[in-house]
Amino acid sequence: MNYVRKEIKMLEIKNLHARIAEDGTEIIRGLNLTVKPGEVAAIMGPNGSGKSTLSYILSGREDYEVTEGEILFNGENILELDPAERAAKGVFLAFQYPVEIPGVATMQFLKVAMNEQRKARGEAELTTPDFIRRVKEAADKLKIDQAMLRRPLNVGFSGGEKKRAEILQMALLEPNLCILDETDSGLDIDALKIVADGVNALKSPDRATIVITHYQRLLDYIVPDTVHVLYKGQIIRSGDKSLALQLEENGYADIIGEAA
Amino acid sequence: MNMQTTPRLTAAESALVEAFSGQIGQLPGNGAVIGSRDRLLDDLKKSGLPTRRIESWHYTDLKTLLRSLPATAPASAIDPIAPVLEGSTVLSVLQGAATSEASIDGVEVTTYHDQLVDGSAAASLTALDKDDAIGRINGSFVRDGFALNVPANTEVAQPIELQALHASGQIHTRFPATFGAASKATIVERHQSVTEGDAFVSSISDVVLEDGAEVTWIILQQQGATDTHLGQIRIKLGTEAKLWLFVVNAGGKLVRQELRIEVEGEGAELTLRGVNLLGGGSHTDVTLVLGHNVPNTNSTEIIRNVVFDKASGVFQGMIRVAPDAQKTDAKMACNTLLLSDDADFSAKPELEIFADDVICGHGATVADIDRNHLFYLMARGVPENKARAMLVNAFVAEIVEELEDEALVEALEAIISTWLEKHA
Ligand SMILES: Nc1ncnc2c1ncn2[C@@H]1O[C@H](COP(=O)(O)OP(=O)(O)OP(=O)(O)O)[C@@H](O)[C@H]1O
Ligand SMILES: [Mg+2]
Repeated sequence: MNYVRKEIKMLEIKNLHARIAEDGTEIIRGLNLTVKPGEVAAIMGPNGSGKSTLSYILSGREDYEVTEGEILFNGENILELDPAERAAKGVFLAFQYPVEIPGVATMQFLKVAMNEQRKARGEAELTTPDFIRRVKEAADKLKIDQAMLRRPLNVGFSGGEKKRAEILQMALLEPNLCILDETDSGLDIDALKIVADGVNALKSPDRATIVITHYQRLLDYIVPDTVHVLYKGQIIRSGDKSLALQLEENGYADIIGEAA
Repeated sequence: MNMQTTPRLTAAESALVEAFSGQIGQLPGNGAVIGSRDRLLDDLKKSGLPTRRIESWHYTDLKTLLRSLPATAPASAIDPIAPVLEGSTVLSVLQGAATSEASIDGVEVTTYHDQLVDGSAAASLTALDKDDAIGRINGSFVRDGFALNVPANTEVAQPIELQALHASGQIHTRFPATFGAASKATIVERHQSVTEGDAFVSSISDVVLEDGAEVTWIILQQQGATDTHLGQIRIKLGTEAKLWLFVVNAGGKLVRQELRIEVEGEGAELTLRGVNLLGGGSHTDVTLVLGHNVPNTNSTEIIRNVVFDKASGVFQGMIRVAPDAQKTDAKMACNTLLLSDDADFSAKPELEIFADDVICGHGATVADIDRNHLFYLMARGVPENKARAMLVNAFVAEIVEELEDEALVEALEAIISTWLEKHA
């Protein structure tokens, strides 16, 4: 099903330049990208090209400094907002490397995060039974064991379990813009299918998804509307899903050669 | 040249001397007790309050830090409060005076006042060494407290809360407790101020675990923002005794908690955990002196400190392993979260090992909140102040959650999060 509504832009990144705050190294160098509501946009590109950096900048990580350009989210410039404020507006990043946070109980964290999200939308706090039911339902769909949720946040989770836990959070928080940074890495074949189903279940006309990946395999399940190639901090080529297949065949050499 | 000088007394030192002479004939005790009090005060007069030149007081120069003393304890009507652990038997010491002798099934309870009067307390009115200012102050002035004696093979069903509450004034309490062979008990030693106004508090607990006794002892210090608290716990562990000692500091202006522990029986096990929540302009010092004196004993010590504002904290951890204490296993860690540029914490671990076949280690870390953790929580929509509070909480929750008693974990977590909500 294709939900893309052509006339509206959900995310508009214009001539974005950003550098590492600590040492001033420029990573994003004049990046342009537009994502529409309902769209699934895939971002591909060689290691170190700036994909994760872009996802961090979208979520407001302080380690990067935007020196030029703007990011409009539903028409609003979000560069001045901190990560929590962006999340409240519906930005969600499923991390490439989710951190382990000892001492923070997973359930308690989920409850706080869900209620913050509800507060932002003007909804009432969840009752405890309602909260538990929602978590259980979402966890069951993703085949996440309840025992895992009794552990501290991500602590001791396997690589694949961490990725699944990210999608669980995404399902519970119901964001407008889902950014998946290599969610497929570390997942076994069955888990890949389960996670992709989880992502697809969230598809809606009001929600956009950015899928960062190296592999067509994920895009067989989460079919993109657009595919963009990020190289040295710029989008050097955009196309439809056939672009991903072409990359799978030939690698990046041709495209990089043309762009250089 | 040999010159006899009268040392110049500071305001606080003179106040102590005056308080003592002002109470002559009023402090409880038989002849032996009075003799001990006189000797201890005399020694205190001669040495004065300890300064930074004394190694064990290097980071807490009591002479300088203790500027003055409040008046001796004025009468004050205080009511007991609900115990930390539901269902506890509460033994209250209100404004320095033991209230009643609540009876506890199978446990001998006497007031320390009675032990002073009949003289059975005299032998414990000592200083542990020449620098033991707390032993001297407390021994000179102590009025009351509770003495517990748990007979051998007794399992005390309900926790016992030693609840020391006070308003302002000078308060000196004592809690001797002997746990007979193979007995079991949980004790909460709680010091709390219930009004504003300065208090000067000293309290010593003399704790003996006989062979095979298993005890959880919680020290909960929640004094007022202008109070001085000088605490000491003297512990002896017998053969195969197991002690969980949990110390929480969440109050006070000037605090010293001394943990003086002698492991004297083979197979004994000590688990020491400490949480120091420091804020405002307070100074808090936890000083551990632990002797592993016989072979085959083990201990772990973890101290977690959270330091806000202009607070300063100290942890001194001295572990001595005696020459024949082979197969000692002792691990000590002190981790600090410094949450302000003006906060500071000094950690001084020391190992004195005279045996060769031992495993001993220590580590100390000081850090700010992990920015990756903070970003992760915020990226999920948790506002910065809440995310920080969660992470600070997590830092201390990690060691609280090691306690096996669920009710105890919940009670301590509640105290910790209440404190953090007020200070973070
Ligand atoms: N905080 C940082 N400090 C130093 N270097 C950084 C930092 N963040 C990013 N970089 C560098 O910026 C470049 C882009 O990194 P980024 O993680 O965005 O790449 P990527 O496209 O996600 O790569 P991959 O496919 O391997 O995940 C890399 O060279 C990386 O080393
Ligand atoms: Mg990456």
